[in-house]
Parts: sequence; C-alpha cells; structure tokens
Amino acid sequence: MSIVYKKPEVFTEEYKKYCGGCGHGIINKLIAEVMEEEKLVDKTVLIWPIGCSVYADKYYKADSICALHGRAPAVGTGVKRSCPEDLVVVYQGDGDMVSEGMAEIMHSGIRGEKFTVIFVNNSIYGMTGGQMAPTTLMDQVTTTTPYGRKEENTGHPVNMAEIIGNLKGCYYSERVTVTSPANIRKTKAAIKKAFKYQMEGKGLSFVEVLSPCPTGWKVKPLQALKWIDDVVSKQYPLGVFRDCGQEEK
Amino acid sequence: MGDKVFMQGNEAFAEAAIRSGCKFFFGYPITPSSEIPEYYSKKAPSEGLTFIQAETEVSAFNMVAGVAATGKRGMTATSGPGFSLGCEAMSYMSAASLPSVVVDCMRPGPADGEILGSQGDYNQLTKGGGHGDYNTIVLAPYSVQEYADFAPLAFELAEKYRNPVVVASDGTIAKMMENVELPERITPPGRSDWACDGINGRGHHNDITTCGDGPEQWEQFNLDLQAKFAKIRENEQRWEEIDTDDADIIMVAFGSLARVCLTAKAIARENGMKVGIIRPISLWPFPVKAFEKFADKNVKFFVTELNAGQMVNDVKLTINDNKKVEFYGRLGGITPTPVELYKKMCELYK
Repeated sequence: MSIVYKKPEVFTEEYKKYCGGCGHGIINKLIAEVMEEEKLVDKTVLIWPIGCSVYADKYYKADSICALHGRAPAVGTGVKRSCPEDLVVVYQGDGDMVSEGMAEIMHSGIRGEKFTVIFVNNSIYGMTGGQMAPTTLMDQVTTTTPYGRKEENTGHPVNMAEIIGNLKGCYYSERVTVTSPANIRKTKAAIKKAFKYQMEGKGLSFVEVLSPCPTGWKVKPLQALKWIDDVVSKQYPLGVFRDCGQEEK
Repeated sequence: MGDKVFMQGNEAFAEAAIRSGCKFFFGYPITPSSEIPEYYSKKAPSEGLTFIQAETEVSAFNMVAGVAATGKRGMTATSGPGFSLGCEAMSYMSAASLPSVVVDCMRPGPADGEILGSQGDYNQLTKGGGHGDYNTIVLAPYSVQEYADFAPLAFELAEKYRNPVVVASDGTIAKMMENVELPERITPPGRSDWACDGINGRGHHNDITTCGDGPEQWEQFNLDLQAKFAKIRENEQRWEEIDTDDADIIMVAFGSLARVCLTAKAIARENGMKVGIIRPISLWPFPVKAFEKFADKNVKFFVTELNAGQMVNDVKLTINDNKKVEFYGRLGGITPTPVELYKKMCELYK
C-alpha cells in the first residue's frame, strides 16, 4: 500500500497551537511539503510574525526567526541581503502586515526584495481575541466593531494582493484560499511557484491566503469555509494579480 | 595601525566600521548622523557593501536585526528621534541576543529639538529605552580617534556577549575633523553556530525567538539575560582618570564635554584648585569601579553634562552621598566654555 497522507519530515514533534478549523495548520503544512519536495529545507530561513503563528518557529526543523509585530519583512530584508542563496519565507497575518507593518511590506515590494511573503488573511485579529483588522469586511462584527465595521469610522477593507501586485518590484502576486481540497492544491501550487521564482532570483513573490478563523468569527468550522466562499472572496477575489514569469513566456 | 588621515568623525567611524568587516548598513537620514550612510553608499560598489536607505528607523533597526540573526556584521546610525523609533528593535535584539552596532549621534531633544551637540539621550541609552529588562553596552567617544577605535571594539563586544552595542557620539564629535589613525582591516569571524543563515550543512537547525512560552520559562529566559548583563557589568567598565591622585574636586564628564573639562581643569590647576577628571567611557556599564577608591576620601564631584542632569544620578548612586555631588548642565545644543566651567566650580567650592 502506498502512503498518500503523512506528516512532513521537516515538522518537529511540537503540537501546533491552533484552534480547530483554523487555516494556519494547513498553510504551515503546505509550506513544509513544498520545502521538502523542492529539497530546500537545508537552505531555508523562515520568518514568523506576531499573531497566532507566533510559535511556528517550534514546528519546523529549519532555521526560524520570530520577528517583532509587523517587522518580519524588514528582518527578511536583512536575512535575504545577507544570504541571497537561501530561501527566505516571510509569513504574516493581516493584523501584523496590513496594520502594524504596512510600511515594511510596502517598501519591501517597492525595493523588490527577493523573498517570498505568505500572507494569511482571516480578516480579524486572532491571537488578541477577535478585534478588527484593516482587512475586516464592511459590517463585520468584531470585538472592536461590535455594531459592525462602518465606513465613516474605519474606512474600507484593504486588498493587499492587488496593491502589492501593482508594484514594479513585485514579480508574482496571487490570492488563493484553503476552503476545499481543490483550493488547497491551488494554494500549494502558488507557494511552489513563489519559491521557484525566489530561487531563480526574481523579485518579491507574494501569496495571499484567505484563511478561516472560526473562533474569531464565532462560527462553526464548516460555516467559516462557506463564509469565505460566499462572502469574503467577493471582497477579496481569488486570482493572479501579477506573474512576470507568465508574461516573460 | 593603518593610515593616518585628517577626517570628520562620522566618516572616520564609517571607514573604521568598513575596515572592521561590517558589510551591511541600513539607515534613515537624520542630522547629525547622515555622513555615515552617505559614506557607506559611496563605498558600496568598490567595497562590496550592502547599503539600504530604509523607509523608517523602525525598519532600519529591524533590518540590522535580520543581518545580525544570520551572524554577520551589520549596523545603523541615527540621532535621538530615530533612536526612539529604534528602541523597539533594541529591546528585541537584546532579548534575542543579536550582536549589532548602532550609532546615536546625540542631538538636543526632547522631540524634534535641535541639531548641535547634546547628551540628552543618556537615560534612554543606559536605562534601556525600549520595554522590559534589558541593557546595551554604550561607548561614548571624546575624539575622532576614539570614535574610529570604537568601531572594531563595538563589534568585538557585541559578538563576545551577543548583545547590541551603542556608540554614543554627538553633534560635535560627529562633525568635528581631527587627525586619526584608522584601524587596520580585519576579517570578521566566519559562520556562527547559533545563527539563522540556513542549515547549509550545519547539522542542526536554529531558532531565534523572543516570544515567551509561559511565566516559568520566561522568568528563566530573563534570569539568563540578567546573568549576561552582570558579566558585562563586571568585565566591561571603561573610564579614564586624569590628575585624580591629589584632587579635592573631580570633574565627571563624558564625550565631547570631557574635552572641554580638560581645559577647565588646566585653568583651575593654574589658579591653585586641585581638580581632576573622571571620564566615563562606557556609559553602560557605568564605571562604578572608578569611584570606589574615593569612597572614604573627602573629595567633591562636579558632574557636568549637556543635558538637565542624567548621568549625575548614576554618580550619586555610586558615591552614595548626595552632599558630595554638584551638577552643572547646558541645554539646547549649547556647550559651555572652559572658563564657564571653571567659574562655576569657583562659585560652588570657594
């Protein structure tokens, strides 16, 4: 019998501190699988954010740095400039990137830093207990928008994959999700493509993943997946926003 | 030693840092520090350096953290307003045990302030500045020569203790031109066993994090840091003593103002006052050992600073007798003249 599903070798024995139905675990595993399949474990530096994935440095048998809130792209800049041959992966959530670290991610794109950003967008602050993020949908109820997000007070959601995809320093930008096996396969393909471009020395590669947060959204895991497919992906359409590799073909 | 040249303080420091094998500079322009990034950017192509003008000091300091995490020599240079922004990363780099070098060309605050020489960042630099219990080694040069000498020393100390080191110059030392003997070129140490530069055959993976995993674990993490700081306090106190053997009055000053004290002391000696100088070179750890032998003597301490009175509190703690300590400071970027300091001493002690 052949094995069709297993824990990636690069994972440690540490248990993963994610809630049931959370997308981080799937995304962590896809990164691990691609690192292994592309034989990149030995030359990888993973840079983690402040947020629910703050302990992810413990999950991989690979070099890991946990950065300050929002600063992962700046740390990534230092690491990648120091070790241009390495695979440098900057992993950020939406509060970390779009609020605290907007300057750092924008200028990494402006400079065309040659690392990969995995941006996990669940439209809420997970770890701090479900507060509003700049990515929170209009009228979405959070603990700091108890009457729903209103334009006059907090403006509109931010579409990062489109913004980053518009920068000339960006080589590849795509938005994917993990709501079904088919979508998970597409997410893995996007991560694989991003890593490939990085190892070819191309500019910034950016993968935004729409990810469920049933705990923060206060819904059941299956409802969370349905909400992404029915509502979240209307604000954040799936697709490729820049792929210089395709254009060059 | 290397070449003798007539050079500006900031440029001499930048050249000395390059010769010390610091190949990475990240910075944001701010007076009076900007000659350091300018020098790095000019030398980048011929010396094979990486220079990035960052979007903010917040980013610049975190980029330095990134290079430091790979075990290579990186630095930034700024002034008070920028250092305030960098304090978040100083706390991080100290907690994460990342060896890095930061120059603070002090200018008078608070806030935007002015751009001439000042020592108003003393408290911020020596008491942490960012959040939590941490310290960084702080070296205060009083000449262009010392400024340049502190480049290799700062990297050496940073790597020895795996902790950030601040070189605290000011608007005067930064902009002043003097004869300087530049340090010789050195090759920095190779790959570090603890660094995150990809496993690349190392045999184990490394993990750099400052995120606690429960109060017991985090208390132990902090105790380990404190043990390191205690070791630095024991080993790295630096100071200079001038004519203190017979002194009734000891002037205490650091950095550019210590230069002024040299002349003030000479005037005082000519006029029959027995004046000496203690010049703290390491502001943290504060050189308490310099004061030990005066504990039982009837010596008065005249502390002078380009601020409203910051180091004077460390002198008082060290002396443990407030009545023995007087303070005189100037603010706004004004440096007192030697005669002004001499007259102040006459006023206080005659």
